[in-house]
Amino acid sequence: MAVINLRQMKRNQTGIITSVKAQGEMGRRIRDMGIVPGKAVTIQGRAPLYDPVALRIMDFTLTLRNNEADYIQVEVE
Amino acid sequence: MNTAIALAGNPNAGKTTLFNELTGARQHVGNYPGVTVEKKQGTCISEAGTFEIIDLPGTYSLTAYSLEEVVARDYLVNEKPAMVVNIVDASNLERNLYLSVQFMEMGIPVCLALNMMDVAQKRGIEINTDKLSELLNIPVVPMVARTGKGKKELLAQVAKGIGKPASPLLISYGQDIDKALDEMEEIIQENQFLTDTYPARWVGLKYLENDNQILELGSTRDKETAGKLSGIEEKVSRHMSATLDTHPEGMIADQRYGFINSVLKQNVIRFAYDRNRLQRSDQIDKVLTNRFLGPLIMVGVLAALYQFTFAYSALPVEWIEGIFGWISGVTDAVLPDGLLKSMIVSGIIDGVGGVMGFVPLIMFMFLGISFIEDSGYLARMAFMLDRVFRMFGLHGSSVMAFIVSGGIAGGCAVPGVMAARTLKSPKERLATLLTVPFMNCGAKLPVYALLVAAFFPRKQASIMVILTLISWTGALLVAKLLRSTVIRGEATPFVMELPPYRFPTLKGLWIHTWERTWQYMKKAGTVILGISILIWAMMTFPGLDDKTAAQFESRRTAITGSVQADILKEIETADKDTELSPKAREVKKALAGINGEESMAGLENSIAGRMGKALEKISFLAGFDWRTNIALVGGFAAKEVVVSTLGTAYSLGDMDPENTDSLGEKLAKSPGWGPVTAFSLMIFTIFYAPCFVTVVCIARETGSWKWAAFSVGFNTTLAFLLSVLTYQVGSMIVQ
Repeated sequence: MAVINLRQMKRNQTGIITSVKAQGEMGRRIRDMGIVPGKAVTIQGRAPLYDPVALRIMDFTLTLRNNEADYIQVEVE
Repeated sequence: MNTAIALAGNPNAGKTTLFNELTGARQHVGNYPGVTVEKKQGTCISEAGTFEIIDLPGTYSLTAYSLEEVVARDYLVNEKPAMVVNIVDASNLERNLYLSVQFMEMGIPVCLALNMMDVAQKRGIEINTDKLSELLNIPVVPMVARTGKGKKELLAQVAKGIGKPASPLLISYGQDIDKALDEMEEIIQENQFLTDTYPARWVGLKYLENDNQILELGSTRDKETAGKLSGIEEKVSRHMSATLDTHPEGMIADQRYGFINSVLKQNVIRFAYDRNRLQRSDQIDKVLTNRFLGPLIMVGVLAALYQFTFAYSALPVEWIEGIFGWISGVTDAVLPDGLLKSMIVSGIIDGVGGVMGFVPLIMFMFLGISFIEDSGYLARMAFMLDRVFRMFGLHGSSVMAFIVSGGIAGGCAVPGVMAARTLKSPKERLATLLTVPFMNCGAKLPVYALLVAAFFPRKQASIMVILTLISWTGALLVAKLLRSTVIRGEATPFVMELPPYRFPTLKGLWIHTWERTWQYMKKAGTVILGISILIWAMMTFPGLDDKTAAQFESRRTAITGSVQADILKEIETADKDTELSPKAREVKKALAGINGEESMAGLENSIAGRMGKALEKISFLAGFDWRTNIALVGGFAAKEVVVSTLGTAYSLGDMDPENTDSLGEKLAKSPGWGPVTAFSLMIFTIFYAPCFVTVVCIARETGSWKWAAFSVGFNTTLAFLLSVLTYQVGSMIVQ
């Protein structure tokens, strides 16, 4: 078990969100889409230029830029 | 007045489908007062009653960060609809309920339309709707909006629920916040602070969330109470960041999800399969967003769209051209010669015909775009292109504005400029607003179609792909230029859903296509007609002075006087199918030549002709003669006017009523025209000043005429430089 940054996760890797550091609008946008502590995320893939990243959370697919993923800490196996 | 029902929900939850299902053809599109967010409204007549359905903008939340959310919130608060029908995607329940919770916090009566039950079932998601209804204390109706299943039950529930009071949903946001809320609620109640419009606890919640709209409203209404509330917020915020390393806004969102989770856990939802099992959509994405295949497929989709549009619209375009040619012929035969006939044939019929002839093309194009949009592929394009857009100082969401404007040719810069409203950062938005007019909008297509058909036959699809690439490259480079000079600044968040791929419904596609085509036709029918007549007038008046007219007349008399009377009689009496004698033919040709010269002289002397002539002094560098100049000036009204004006210019300059050749053939035969000139004109059309409707929109969206004026001046200068370059280099290569 280790806590890493969402950016460092590999394709198909799953983890549990431990914290979201972003505030203000970005924080709100991220949380509104269900990225809150306790939820499981799986990296589904990356865009052709490796950024943004597509991730699976709850029952849908969400995209985030790498520099936004930096605000999200994830606990992985 | 019918009972007002608001329809709300997340994007991609099937809101539009349900709206169409409920209202059918009884709908109209307008704007919310004062803003350019689209407001769709329709009447629903059913056994349960007649309702006025208002389609609120699709949102994920109700913050004050985006205009759509503020508009939705304001509508609910100010108009007080009898009920909110909140459509939620059953296959994605947890996140969809986040918005529902926010409606319930406001104390608005909500009825949950649990859509896409079929999709959920297929994925092995079982939902106990009765239990969900009981726990949330609101009606829940399972349905499939695409097939209309559950619609009757939904309306019955709506009818039953109207008039029943609802009270705000109270949930716990954690000890610290709950305590602060209690304290705030008391102060708010005591001072009647904003309680005429909002529930007391909700106002407190917004203060804790640092909601700009409510904060501003509060401090203008009652500065003292506002100050007290802000004080409490600051205290909690400090305490939370010290003890929990978080802040109220984040905590509130977390707790809303916590509440939803606790509801769902009470046997409301059950997953028969692994929840994270790959869906069909994900498998498709493995190919469509693949690093190597993805971009290739994207280019292929673009090319296919062009091919589809051109191949299938060719026949109906021919029909419409035929119809207008016929009308023109009949009018010409029926009406006596003179100004009225000239105005009707050259001003009205040619003008409207030139534009209407492209309606089928535009319909097919919109059909293709709607398919891409409704299927979910458009979001993938934004995903794949974001990195690129960011390089140019734009946002992945800019792609929407670009595509609506004609990034996939055939959009319109007017809705495109408005689509840029979804962009939050003012700088990225401004850069998008100023560069979307470079896209190939539906009105530029007639210009390209005309020139490509006349000068690049059999290469239509490839030329159109090239034009698309040129407009994109130009727009992105200009965006970069603007973002590193006049509008410098930081980037904004890119949080976007990739909706599951869905096969679009025919009804949805049709309504979508028809709406956009109708907008185009309305514009064509009104603005274009007016402009066409105006331009006809500019090209007709002041006409030739008496002396010059007399010279032409005397030249004619010289010819007619030198030949025998029977030949003149032969010419006069002959109808168009009769074979003339060689002598008569010669005389007729000479007379027609003089008539042509006279019309030409008249046009040169007209207001437009003088303007075109004056501009010719510099426009020759780009290969444009005065006729083209007149057409381009007209194109400022709307780009499709370029075509109708060229039509008018050439049919006036060469008044041969028998000649019903299409304009393209006429151009191809005219001196000074060739592929290089045509290409230079297409380049100019891509880049020069947006049509005045777009300019007005830019002024309104940026809130300043300065940017509107900038876009006219800057774009025209840029266009001129580029087309001069094209013409000069092109001429060298061709020779």
